[in-house]
Amino acid sequence: MIVVRQKPLDEICAMIAGHRSVLLVGCNTCAAVSLAGGETEVDTLLQLLRLTNKRHGMFIELSPAVLQRQCEPEYIECLQEGAYDAVLSLGCGAGVALLASTVGKPVYPALDTLFIGSAKGLARWQAECSACGQCVLGMTAGICPITRCAKGILNGPCGGVSDGTCELGDRPCAWVEIYERLDSLGCAKKFDTILAPKDNTTRQICEWDMSEGCDEK
Amino acid sequence: MSLSNAFGAGRFAITSEVGPPKGTDVAEMLATAEMLRGRVDALNVTDNQAAVMRLSTLAACVHLKNAGFDPVLQVTCRDRNRLALQSDLLGAASFGITNVLALTGDHVSVGDHPSARAVFDLESVQLLEVIRLLSAGVDAAGKELHGSPEFLVGAVVTPEARPLRPQMAKFAKKVSAGASFFQTQAVYDPESFKRFMENARQFEVKVMVGVVVLRSAGMARFMNKNIPGILVPDSIIDALESSSDPQATGIELTARFIDEVRDYCDGVHIMAVGAEHLVFEVLDAAGLTEGCIA
Repeated sequence: MIVVRQKPLDEICAMIAGHRSVLLVGCNTCAAVSLAGGETEVDTLLQLLRLTNKRHGMFIELSPAVLQRQCEPEYIECLQEGAYDAVLSLGCGAGVALLASTVGKPVYPALDTLFIGSAKGLARWQAECSACGQCVLGMTAGICPITRCAKGILNGPCGGVSDGTCELGDRPCAWVEIYERLDSLGCAKKFDTILAPKDNTTRQICEWDMSEGCDEK
Repeated sequence: MSLSNAFGAGRFAITSEVGPPKGTDVAEMLATAEMLRGRVDALNVTDNQAAVMRLSTLAACVHLKNAGFDPVLQVTCRDRNRLALQSDLLGAASFGITNVLALTGDHVSVGDHPSARAVFDLESVQLLEVIRLLSAGVDAAGKELHGSPEFLVGAVVTPEARPLRPQMAKFAKKVSAGASFFQTQAVYDPESFKRFMENARQFEVKVMVGVVVLRSAGMARFMNKNIPGILVPDSIIDALESSSDPQATGIELTARFIDEVRDYCDGVHIMAVGAEHLVFEVLDAAGLTEGCIA
């Protein structure tokens, strides 16, 4: 899923200041699972903004809505009409973008989009994928070095690893994990293959039309 | 006269390092190099070491070359993509710089511009392969070069990395990617280094043992805590702690260590970390008195 995190309240308040009526729009897919854009979070943010605006002597009419998915046109059609003069999206960047191209009013992001990740326990997520367009997980025992190695390097641990911890100190070394998992799967030999520099053209894909086939080059 | 001559002659090679200045004044860097003239075969020139922005390693190498030293151009992958890396390597070769040391580089987060974008378009193994291509007369895109470099190509290895096995597997990759000499992370335990060399001797590469002269027990503890891959044994920390002149003890311990491992490797790389004036004292104490550079 796309993992998101709510922006600081001050930043959100500054974006919507000056509007008379703002629609808060949640997203019931990734953002809801990320505990940042579901019904509960929309209601909580709405109350917080009301209190903050009151404290600052401002009045902005705030109303809530939650869509199944902000990143698909058919789910956002219902937002075309309305008395609001701006939208505050509690969706990922894709949701904000599609809303902004559809509603004909200013759309602001209430969230920061962090990564494509997996759930790692209660309210914890792990970055797993950088959407590089050229998956190497088959060579790396399912651990993405582009994402989980701070340097995104492809041929083993750098000199910064210390007792299996990354030089940045905030994560285990992805390459130590890759090596150990390859070894435990009986395919440590895969580590010996020198992976070539990444073809970065796949990172530049900005639109994909399935009907045109998957060979985009 | 040079690192390649030392290796070619089968002589125990000696290198140290200098750091380019933060600014344009290279006088101090050249004065530091001058302290080592005649005592080392080559001088590594660090590349925005520890991700701290400094004068470019290539410019610093040119200054040293002009002053009669044999510089080792350290090249990290942190700050430049594959185009910039290749053009700097060609530029270095055009100035007659013949030694390169390929490194991945510390992350920008640990340096003085932590919010910069880290590049890592290549890493050390891929950089070595690109250097091999350039030396063969083509660039990384397969385009032919008009005039190609001839480099003595080095890399680094951490003999006491924890865990060790992935580090050794990467070492093998660096060898197959074309590294012909290695400078190691600092090592303090001779037995551990000898074990590493037993493994390393399966490859036909030159290995220079890395040393950092300890000046106090506090410095040793700091390195154990903060420098990945360095393990200063308690016996050394105790010796420094109980010494009335820890710096002299540090020099003596370093000299003894070099003496103990010199028959097992091809040279020593002395990282002075701001105390270059101690390098020749270490060399004297270790009996490494042959004049080398210039």
